[in-house]
Amino acid sequence: MRHFISIADLDREEAIAVLATAEHMAETQSRSIRKLPTLVGTTVVNLFFEDSTRTRISFEAAAKRLSADVINFSAKGSSVSKGESLKDTALTLQAMGADAVVVRSGSSGAAHLLAHAGWIDQPIVNAGDGAHEHPTQAMLDAFTLRRHLRPGDLTAGLDGLHVVIVGDVLHSRVARSNVLLLTLLGARVTLVAPPALVPVGAAAWPCRITYDLDEALATGPDAVMMLRVQRERMVGGGFFPTAGEYSRRYGLTTARAAALPDHAIVLHPGPMNRGFEIAGDVADSPRSVIVEQVASGVFVRMAVLYHLLATDSREGLR
Amino acid sequence: MTADQTAPPLATDHAPLLIRGGRPYGEDVQDVLVVKGRIEAVGTSLEAPAEAEIVDADGCIVLPGLVDLHTHLREPGGEEAETIESGTRAAARGGFTAVHAMANTTPVADTAGVVEQVARRGETSGWCSVRPVGAVTVGLAGERLAELDAMANSRAKVRVFSDDGKCVHDPVLMRRALEYVKSFDGVIAQHAQDPRLTEGAQMHEGVVSAELGLAGWPAVAEESIIARDVLLAQHVGSRLHVCHLSTAGSVDIVRWAKQRGIAVTAEVTPHHLLLTDENVRDFDAVYKVNPPLRTAADVEAVREGLADGTIDIVATDHAPHPRDAKDREWDQAAMGMTGLETALALVQRTMVDEGRLSWREVARVLSERPAEIGRDEDQGQQLAAGAPAHVLVWDPRPVRTTDPAEHSSRGRNSPFAGLELPGLNRLTLLGGRPTVRDGAVVEH
Ligand SMILES: [Zn+2]
Repeated sequence: MRHFISIADLDREEAIAVLATAEHMAETQSRSIRKLPTLVGTTVVNLFFEDSTRTRISFEAAAKRLSADVINFSAKGSSVSKGESLKDTALTLQAMGADAVVVRSGSSGAAHLLAHAGWIDQPIVNAGDGAHEHPTQAMLDAFTLRRHLRPGDLTAGLDGLHVVIVGDVLHSRVARSNVLLLTLLGARVTLVAPPALVPVGAAAWPCRITYDLDEALATGPDAVMMLRVQRERMVGGGFFPTAGEYSRRYGLTTARAAALPDHAIVLHPGPMNRGFEIAGDVADSPRSVIVEQVASGVFVRMAVLYHLLATDSREGLR
Repeated sequence: MTADQTAPPLATDHAPLLIRGGRPYGEDVQDVLVVKGRIEAVGTSLEAPAEAEIVDADGCIVLPGLVDLHTHLREPGGEEAETIESGTRAAARGGFTAVHAMANTTPVADTAGVVEQVARRGETSGWCSVRPVGAVTVGLAGERLAELDAMANSRAKVRVFSDDGKCVHDPVLMRRALEYVKSFDGVIAQHAQDPRLTEGAQMHEGVVSAELGLAGWPAVAEESIIARDVLLAQHVGSRLHVCHLSTAGSVDIVRWAKQRGIAVTAEVTPHHLLLTDENVRDFDAVYKVNPPLRTAADVEAVREGLADGTIDIVATDHAPHPRDAKDREWDQAAMGMTGLETALALVQRTMVDEGRLSWREVARVLSERPAEIGRDEDQGQQLAAGAPAHVLVWDPRPVRTTDPAEHSSRGRNSPFAGLELPGLNRLTLLGGRPTVRDGAVVEH
């Protein structure tokens, strides 16, 4: 792997290799000395054009636990907010000697552009680009799903599992990356959303799409992933009439969660709108793995940085 | 002195020129003799006057000089992207002898003063005739009509009015504009884009936009405006021109309107004849354009529409931008592509070489009809004795890799960079004076 931009760039073998590395990373994190010397002397830049404290902290923790130096370059208070372009920023980072750049942007394609425009030679990690992709989020979701539903086998995919993804698909890079990754790993995916929040053209995706949450849940899925409703992105408005109507039709209420199969787990990429797309009691219930997803995020991001930067990564860990 | 600015001067003092062995309209071999800025004779084995220059046009197509109804020359105000000088040089190299300069400049071309200034700069540059397009509404703001009559009766004799870049979306305002221009035989050229349906729109809405997570520009936002406008044009008995139509549905609507006898004309750009939304997958903003690149089915529909006459003309929508405006994230990059220097090559490749348009029809869609729609009286004329010598000698045989760095336009934003395209501009005459020889401009 040269960059980590899009799930569409991965094959199944590569995806499973990253998950396996993430498991090794998780194992090292239960030891008394958690810091690995793997990336000593390398510098990872977190370039965040969009506020996301949780993703930035996750990447920062991942890099530091591999002993990399971390520079946070965020939009607030930097030249980025004064109108400096992605290009100029990239040229600056190149000149400063960054070894990898983790980029988060509200613009679809920003990571791809950074990787391929010729401004910077270093590996690029996509930490979310517009409504396009959020590949490390999908990896951590797959990691979490596999731990619960296919435990014990580092070579396993998600074959035979059924995952229901619910909510604002239109504006969700998490949904796009997950549809690609979960199906790549053999799972079956059903998307549930009000019609206006299903992208025109999504019929070509390798998943089923329905507008009826109760019908989807009645099939007894192995996992339900709730998406954050991104009201700040809803240009033009009118995607659904009221929050109340949305919650009634598409919210994961206590009653809906109670009807799930016993083994089914509930995921949410965060930050949650409690009481809107997911009831607080469901988020805090035993079948919720939402807090665990945060821990998984660090392991997966360690694995991605390892695969991109570690000199021995081709031979595998250890 | 109030002489009209509509026609370039004829080169009455230029030596006679005999274009020998070419094929006018791609048909039988005939020589074309040019004397004192006009075509003196068209025929076989014409005798060259003693002092005449002889141009060997063996194997070449001879066409009337091309006319572009939709060019952004950017001056005044956008000189970093293009000037009237650089843009008309680009036009000449593309084989054009007239361009219609869109009104979205700074200041906007919404007064007689601005349109006369633009026409005058075209005259002094001398590479092709520059016919200003007047804005429909003051400042392109879509609120009240600009002084259309003043522009029509200025020395620039404006006949085409457009808020291009913006759509005259208010139905009452559009109706009034259509009505108003009837008194001086004007036409409203509409950029058909419903603004509400395209808020934040980044690319064609479909399979590719869904995958890339870019906000969609739905076909219906174009088609609904065209449908409304043809009905308005019918209702008030006015001329309507549809700019850069891009969807299969739009072709259907225009076809339907023409069958009903509505006075509508339509244009397609060269890029919509070739490129599709699949080109967007690498997020290279050189492919960002408005209206957006559509699907392969739409490309097929516009080719068919052009071949059957539903679409009247090819117009470039030449839209140069400074490099920085394109070297950006997709959603922050400017919309538009250059096109003057590749237009005929694209039409040859997508239509002529595919057997869908004859060279005679190329003359129709790239010269005669645009001149008629724009009321350019001395342009787009038959290659016949007495006509002003606006002539293009086009060699369809050479194939070259497109390199925007070699273009005369200041814009380097050609989506055809690296693409092999056919044809070479052997000679372009503007009123009998060579502006281009063997692909290079002739300095004057
Ligand atoms: Zn336009």
